[in-house]
Order: sequence, then structure tokens, then C-alpha cells
Amino acid sequence: MSTSAIRSYLPPVIEVDAENELLEVAMGPHHPSTHGVFRMDVALDGERVVRLKPVFGYLHRNHEKIAEKTTYLASMPYTDRLDYFCSMTNNWAYALAVEKLAGLEVPERAEYIRVITAELTRIQNHASAIGFLMQEMGASGTPLMYAFREREKILDLFEELSGSRMMCNYMRFGGCRVDLPEGWLDRVSRLVAELPRFVDEMEALLTGNEILMARAQGVGVLKPDLAVNAGVTGVMLRATGVNYDVRKVDHYGIYDRFAFRVPLGDHGDIYDRYMLRVLEMRESIRILEQALPQIPAGPILDPKSKPRGFRPKPGEAYGRIEAPKGELGFYLISDGSGNPYRYRVRPPSLINLTILEDMCLGQNVADVVLIFGSVDIVLGEVDR
Amino acid sequence: MKTAEELLSELQKALPGVQVSLVLNPSPSAQHALLVAAADALRVAFYLRDEAGYDYCSNATGVDWLDREVAEKVRTTRTVKKDVDGVEQEVEETIEQTVKRMESGYLEAVYHLYSMKMGPTDPHLPMVLRMRTENRTDRTELPSLTPVWRSAEFQEREIFDLYGIVFRGHRDLRRLLMWDEFEDHPMRRDYVDPDDYEYEPTPHDEVLKRAEAHRAAQGGAQ
Repeated sequence: MSTSAIRSYLPPVIEVDAENELLEVAMGPHHPSTHGVFRMDVALDGERVVRLKPVFGYLHRNHEKIAEKTTYLASMPYTDRLDYFCSMTNNWAYALAVEKLAGLEVPERAEYIRVITAELTRIQNHASAIGFLMQEMGASGTPLMYAFREREKILDLFEELSGSRMMCNYMRFGGCRVDLPEGWLDRVSRLVAELPRFVDEMEALLTGNEILMARAQGVGVLKPDLAVNAGVTGVMLRATGVNYDVRKVDHYGIYDRFAFRVPLGDHGDIYDRYMLRVLEMRESIRILEQALPQIPAGPILDPKSKPRGFRPKPGEAYGRIEAPKGELGFYLISDGSGNPYRYRVRPPSLINLTILEDMCLGQNVADVVLIFGSVDIVLGEVDR
Repeated sequence: MKTAEELLSELQKALPGVQVSLVLNPSPSAQHALLVAAADALRVAFYLRDEAGYDYCSNATGVDWLDREVAEKVRTTRTVKKDVDGVEQEVEETIEQTVKRMESGYLEAVYHLYSMKMGPTDPHLPMVLRMRTENRTDRTELPSLTPVWRSAEFQEREIFDLYGIVFRGHRDLRRLLMWDEFEDHPMRRDYVDPDDYEYEPTPHDEVLKRAEAHRAAQGGAQ
């Protein structure tokens, strides 16, 4: 237990000339780049950031308390509102935790549907995240609208499947709520066949773009050991070169059956994060191409799963999945009653912000917006 | 991947005298936990990170366990004088009584640890580490594990905010989600939410009083 080991994971202290007067700026809570209500209290020495304190809680509604006061199933629609870009993966993480708690099995067809919807979610989330990042870089409109054009098509498919574009409320403990509508798989296949062209188009527009490279390369660098220690997950972690994808390490669902790679960066800067999102979209397309022809017929819900009067035996379970923004976990304690005794969401968006100050210190204030944008957060999940 | 039992015996061998015990989890997930005494928590945590390979703390959260009444069946044997076949004899008699006692509640901090070093081959299982406070009211201190895993930084702030566990050694222990002036801990089981969340004293009454005083000074004219 050496003190040097403790210190190394803390943000550095930036030396400031004693004569210089610091300028304190509150970025947010209504700054357009914060994607919602979030504040950064920044102290500036000229243009250089010397201190940055994130302020949370503007969207806090105590989701966990609400969930503890109601039944297990009644929280399912509420999980849609956490990360409202990715309701399908939120549903899956919660369903997975309850399935571990109650020992439910998921039929094969439902597993395939879960993979298909989750990978579609990942594609639209990454496309939008890149679009928002470019918006903040000053590329007003075009990349974001390209991304939203594709996102619309995916959301239309979700609406057809679940009745809602963003608040899908689709998964159930031990399966899914309704079976696929007629012709839905063909429409997904047609979309998946078109998606590589969209990713190519996005890349042609951005990957070699000189402004993007100048502003993103070497900016907001995160070191791998700090990233691991600070619990950073998802694209943010893999951009630093750490090979950790919950789909690969936990073998949850049926991800074992598909051949896909985990893209890794080696600089840990904004550009690597952008590049990884592009590459992950390509891998998601690969998973979809394999999953769509394989999907079997059969039931979509475990017959043991009860919609009413669901009371798991006392105990606890922690279930996690690789959500588009990082590792999304649910921790549940049952006391044998119909409501969870403890219901906890492990929000990747909040924990990925732990190192925001470390990445921003010493950088230009203009780059803070980009660094923050490259983390890819949704405030509904940060504040819960 | 070591099970919790194996890790427990390894810990007791490597750190003699350390107070760790196993908390079994009866659910099908079978994620058993290690309960560590607050005084030994940092030592155990550093060992788990540096020697046992748990370099990644995924989740840190609080749980509130209220005071609860435990009913136990107690058998007592006593000698009673009894009339057996017309002769008074001393006979031993066993009676079963249900004794109720209060078990005092506590706050609990739960950490879910994983290993990123282990590579993508093994199925990863969480290592659950728990710490308990002495009670729920005035002795709610626990050592902060942020020096070991920085990912606990915001999560411990959240536990402090919503449960009221005070983490000693945390570098910036402030409320995370509720506003600074807020006084209670809303995630506690016995928290009662006020009916008037939005109530703020408004200056209406003061203004009215001043207006009336002004009118009186004006000789009652409107």
C-alpha cells in the first residue's frame, strides 16, 4: 500500500502562475454541448483548463427508489428512460439480472431477437454519437443528419416490433413481449444490406477529414491503467487498447455463436473513439448478417416466467451487458416479496465521466466540448 | 476464476488476523460475497487489486437494512414437580418458546469486482465485497475504497448522498445527485418524502405587511 500508487490515479494538479487570475466559467446546465442538463464548473488560466468539476443531478428522479416501490415488471418501461437512445439494451440488462435472480431460461428465438435488436441499437447509437460529436466540432448538420437518416429507419423497425420508437419496453423476464411481425426480418435484412454503404459514406466524409484529424488526434488522451482503475468501459476503454468487451468475456446471450472482432485503439484520444465507433458499427453489421438467417422458429418466452405475481426467492444477483455506452449493470436484492428490496443501476455514462477532469486538464477550453462529446453520455442515465 | 470460498482461505492465509467472512447467496445466481470488517477493508481491497487480480471495480452501491424483529424458537428444560400416579415427583420438562428479539439494522456498501487482466476466455464472475456500518444513525462511517479503485469515486459520493454512509478518506465527499442544502438520505427504507417538495418561502406575507403599514401611514387611503 504505497502512497505513490494511490496518487497516480488522481488527476494532476496544474501549476498556475500566482500572478494570473483564474476565470471561472460554468459550462451548462443549458450549454448546447452538454446534451441535456449537466454542468461543468471550469477554472481557466487564459484558455487553459486548470480545474474542472462536473455537477450532476439536474435530471435526478430517483429511479431506483421508484423501482423499489413497485413490482419487478413495472420497472421495465422505466428502464427505457435511462439511456433513452438505447431502450432495447436497457431492457436486456434488466431482464438479464432478473433472469439470474430467478433462474429463468430464455428460449433460443428470443435470444436471437435480443441480439438483433441490441446490435441495431448499437449501430444507431454509435452513428448518432459520431453525428453529435461532429456537430460540436462545428460540422453543423450534415454528419448528424446522415446519422439520423439511418437512425430513423432503425427506429421505424423498432416501432413496428414494439409499438414505440424509443421507449420500446420490449423485453420480458425470460424472453420478449411479442413475436416478430410478418416480414419484419426481411425488412431488417434489406436495411442491413444497405448499412455498409452508409458507414462507407460516413467514413468518406469524416475519417480522412483534415479538420477532424487536427482537432481530435492527440486530444483528450486517456491512459489504459487509469481507464481500468477508474472503471471506464465501452468504446472509451477499448480506445485505450484494453481488450475488454462484456459480450466476449461474459458469454451472455448467444454472442458465442457469432464471429466478430473487438476493435481496439492505441492512442486513447478522441480520434480513436470516433474510429472505434465506426469499426464497431461494421462488426455489429457482421453480427446481424450472421444472426438474421439463423433465427429459429419457436416460443419467445420461458413458460416459467409469470407476468403477474412474480416473486423471486430471496437472494441477489448482478447482471451486466455491453450496452453501446459501456457496461450497463443491474444489481437486485430480493427479499421474497413482489418488489425488489434493492434495485441498482450501474450507469456507464456516469462512471465514464469519472476521468473527465483528468482528460481536460491542461487542454484548451474549446477542446473540453469535444472531449466531453467523445465520452458519449445520456443524462437520463447519468442522473437516473 | 476463484470462488468466494477459495478467495476467503487465500485471504486468511495471506493476511493473517484479517476479519473476513463469507455471505452466502441462496439465489440461482450463486454470487457469494465476502464481508470484510471496516478496519481491514483497505488492506483486503489492496490485496484483491494487486495480488488477486481484481483490477476493476464495476459497481459500488449501498443497501439499507432496517432494524428487524427476529423470531427464534428456544428450547428450555426445567424441572417441575408433577403428580405422577398419585406420587409427587420431580420431572424434567422441555418447553419450546418463541423468543422475539430486535436485530439492529445497518447500512451496507457493496462492491462488485472483476478482473480485466484475465483476458476474454474465462466466463467472468463478480467478486462481491461488502462492508457494514455499526448502525444506521450515528456510526455510519466506512473507509473509502476510492484510493484502491477510482471508479468508486462518484459511486461512493452517490452512496453518501442517498444512504448517508460517510466514507473516510474520500478526497471529495459531497452530495452527487441531491442539492447541497438537502438534509435527508432519500434511498433509506424509512425515508418519508415530504408532500411539498417544491415549497419555498415566498415574500408574499412580508410584502403584504409592508403594504398595509404603508397604507396606514398614508391615512388609510387606498
